Amino acid sequence: MTDVTKSSGASQGGSILSSGLDDILEPSPGSLMRKRIFGHTGLVIGGGVLLIILLMAILAPVISPGDPYDQDLSRKLIPPVWHESAKVTWDHPLGTDLLGRDYMTRIFYGARISLLIGFAAMMISGLIGTTLGVLAGYFGGKVDMVVNFIITTRLSLPVVLVALAVVSLIGSSLTVVIWVLGLLIWDRFAVVMRSATQQVRGLDFVAAAQSLGCSTRHIILSEIMPNVANHLIVIATIEMAHAILLEAALSFLGLGVQPPDPSWGLMIAEAKGMLFFDAWLITIPGVALFALVLSINLLGDGMRDVTAPENRN
Amino acid sequence: MIHFALKRLGVAVLVALTVSILSFSMVYLSGDPALALAGEGASEQDIENVRRVYGFERPIVVQYGDWLVRALQGNLGHSNYLKADVASVVFERLPTTMLLGACALAFALILSIPLGVVAAIRPNSMIDRFALTVAMIGQAMPSFWFALTLMLWFGLNWRLLPISGTASWQHFVMPSIALGYYVTPAVMRLTRAGMLEVLSSDYIRTARAKGLRPMTVLFKHALRNAIIPVVSLSAVQFGFMLGGSIVIETIFAINGLGFLVWESILRADVPMMQAIVLVLSIIYILLTFLADLLNGFLDPRIRVS
Amino acid sequence: MTERILEVENLTIDIPVPSGILHAVQDISIHVDRGETLCIVGESGCGKSLTSLAIMDLLPKKAIRQAARLELADESIFGISERRMSDIRGNRMSMIFQEPMTSLNPAYTIGDQLTEALRRHRKVSRGEAKDRAVFLLEKVGITAAASRLGQYPHQLSGGLRQRVMIAMALMCGPDLIIADEPTTALDVTIQAQILHLLAELQREFNMGLILITHDLGVVARIADRIAVMYAGQIVETGSAAQIFTEPLHPYTRGLLDCIPIPGKTQRGAHLGAIPGIVPSLVGQMPGCHFASRCPLVDDHCLAGAVPLFDHRDTNRSIRCLRADNEDTQKISQEGVA
Repeated sequence: MTDVTKSSGASQGGSILSSGLDDILEPSPGSLMRKRIFGHTGLVIGGGVLLIILLMAILAPVISPGDPYDQDLSRKLIPPVWHESAKVTWDHPLGTDLLGRDYMTRIFYGARISLLIGFAAMMISGLIGTTLGVLAGYFGGKVDMVVNFIITTRLSLPVVLVALAVVSLIGSSLTVVIWVLGLLIWDRFAVVMRSATQQVRGLDFVAAAQSLGCSTRHIILSEIMPNVANHLIVIATIEMAHAILLEAALSFLGLGVQPPDPSWGLMIAEAKGMLFFDAWLITIPGVALFALVLSINLLGDGMRDVTAPENRN
Repeated sequence: MIHFALKRLGVAVLVALTVSILSFSMVYLSGDPALALAGEGASEQDIENVRRVYGFERPIVVQYGDWLVRALQGNLGHSNYLKADVASVVFERLPTTMLLGACALAFALILSIPLGVVAAIRPNSMIDRFALTVAMIGQAMPSFWFALTLMLWFGLNWRLLPISGTASWQHFVMPSIALGYYVTPAVMRLTRAGMLEVLSSDYIRTARAKGLRPMTVLFKHALRNAIIPVVSLSAVQFGFMLGGSIVIETIFAINGLGFLVWESILRADVPMMQAIVLVLSIIYILLTFLADLLNGFLDPRIRVS
Repeated sequence: MTERILEVENLTIDIPVPSGILHAVQDISIHVDRGETLCIVGESGCGKSLTSLAIMDLLPKKAIRQAARLELADESIFGISERRMSDIRGNRMSMIFQEPMTSLNPAYTIGDQLTEALRRHRKVSRGEAKDRAVFLLEKVGITAAASRLGQYPHQLSGGLRQRVMIAMALMCGPDLIIADEPTTALDVTIQAQILHLLAELQREFNMGLILITHDLGVVARIADRIAVMYAGQIVETGSAAQIFTEPLHPYTRGLLDCIPIPGKTQRGAHLGAIPGIVPSLVGQMPGCHFASRCPLVDDHCLAGAVPLFDHRDTNRSIRCLRADNEDTQKISQEGVA
């Protein structure tokens, strides 16, 4: 071969094409799951950060420098240790709040509340949404119509507003917040499970189970559910993050977790007035919330890539 | 198209009716509404009077029917706290919130659509990674914390923008960013995914095989198709933002519907709460209905069939 | 005096994949004259579609294209800017794709999609472009052509859409049309009509036509010359008459055995099948690509790369060490049959 000039073909200029040759270009399925998991930066970071926060929450009584409820007005508003202030002390690495409570301790205990509410609300919404979605997807027809209608109705209700109104009318407590959030944010579960079930329902092994005379309950639990479970995990992470953010917003507006409990959203609300003087009071719980939600989202995204890499993008 | 529109309209009306039942039943959430209205320490006689004046002794269905008929006539009740007609207060505050929502949506679209398009043209490039990171951060940032942080830097440290009120357009900048930022990830991801799908489609190859200029291929042939789902998402997100404005309005002291509902909740002003839930839900239903129509209009496969 | 429309010399396409480099197309040389139909034949995955995309410079981004010569009417179109290439695409050469159902943009009318290429490449008014579109729609056998202009792709059947695609390719009066399996996605009854139409139009407009297909029945009817591809290489080229009457390469023979020939194939007789599978094209492959499936294979075949030999018949070449030998032909005919 003489005079071969090299050109990267269509990649010159504003090329935007990828043709139907992707099947040849895709990596072979030989890559191992473990390699996928540990090769996925987002998943590792997300999982790592979440694990740290989880440990913070579980070990809060052991690792906390103080008690989350102990007030000491003589030691109020001590800045965290990186501040250049005479008041700074390693007794309170993250300083103290307006009432002199140790901020690090309250952050640790706040993790418990966020995780508890996020997880419980997600479980409730997951149960409701999955049931509705799978039923609609499996049975189709009238059931599907009704479920669709319920989803549409739910979506038309403004979540924050309804949650606030209901919590204020019933009276706020941890349980009420969990239930209200759980009853409000099942829509994504329902929507995703519905379409996932519709896809699986059309597959041969479901038809095979039906022709073998398996009961509907058996088909849904043993044939459908295992095959839509990977979607479920991803939505679960999204909704858990969603619930955590909603709880924080509710608490920030004074209608979620009530004082003196250390919710991160509430801590930001309590320090709102000090924004221009002691911004770290707001920055620290804000960063904590951000880190928690980000890590859950990263974990969810990573799991989606790892369990169903063909669904990327 | 007409058939399609009528079907959607029918569903929209049904949903609106269901929502009205839900917001009507809010009165009963706290238990006996007469007891709540009469206030603590009211005598048995007082409570009985309240019950009769407000008609709480009638069957619930009758009460709801009555409430609905009045609501359809534009009478959303009377606020005992503000001593004013609920409907007129709500519609006085609504434009401010709509304006805020529109500004926030505009901000979100201006930021996210170009980012999504560029990310899709160069998947896995620096820009794509940057866009995905922006989306990731946006989804994880609590809006109230973001708002306070904006306030701290732009309002106090750099003194670039006013921190509260609605006196000038500058007052709307930070609230719009704080409200709109939360929407950008969803719009960006959808634009990116849509563009990626469309760009790998056969008709884009056809367009390129015709020798069309890259810009024509990108905007006329690709974006036109990828943008259709973004339109409905935008309408949905606009509805969410109206509901979410409660957080932003309270932080920036914007005298809109969100601020009003927060005040009403603190005052346990139930008719006001009911009215706002109802109005926002119906606006949302209208928006999604319009988005469906617009979708049908943009997609010839629905429009011409 | 024939006029050379397309000259491709030593075209190679490599695609990096996770497990190495996929040598999708290796050392392909083809040419097309004005008024001539070249059929590229081969099974799926042999690189024939990539070859056509490479000529149009429409390969996927990842693919690396190399060539010693790539000329359209004596003018090099290799390594030129995307801008200059886009002036040529749809203008002097155009392409018809396999999937008429998805190859038209659902958002625009037929008229819009037909006229835009002409308006891109020529200074014509909207009205003139429309007239040309109607003229060509009638040419491709679409009735009520004028009223079709306002219709959307989803309102047309697959066959009609492919006719529209053909009209679209003809809009600028190209010198060369590349049709990549234009009938594969269509009903059998429509397939014949579309092919007939293509052949007719090619004659009428005196263009060069490259038809890519895996269907030898199609080839027999309209090809002037044939290039048979296997695993990224051309294994045999020659005139249609040469290839059909005297196939030389064992793969070509295998292919021809797979199709029934009216009058020749006995009712109830077994049709041939080629044993084995196509080898992976990732990484280097020593020896003949067809070796693993070939009835004639011997040690020489596996020793090193097999070049494309010129055959003693004019304009004919073959990539086989064994087939051109009288003895082996005898053996192979027995072996294959």
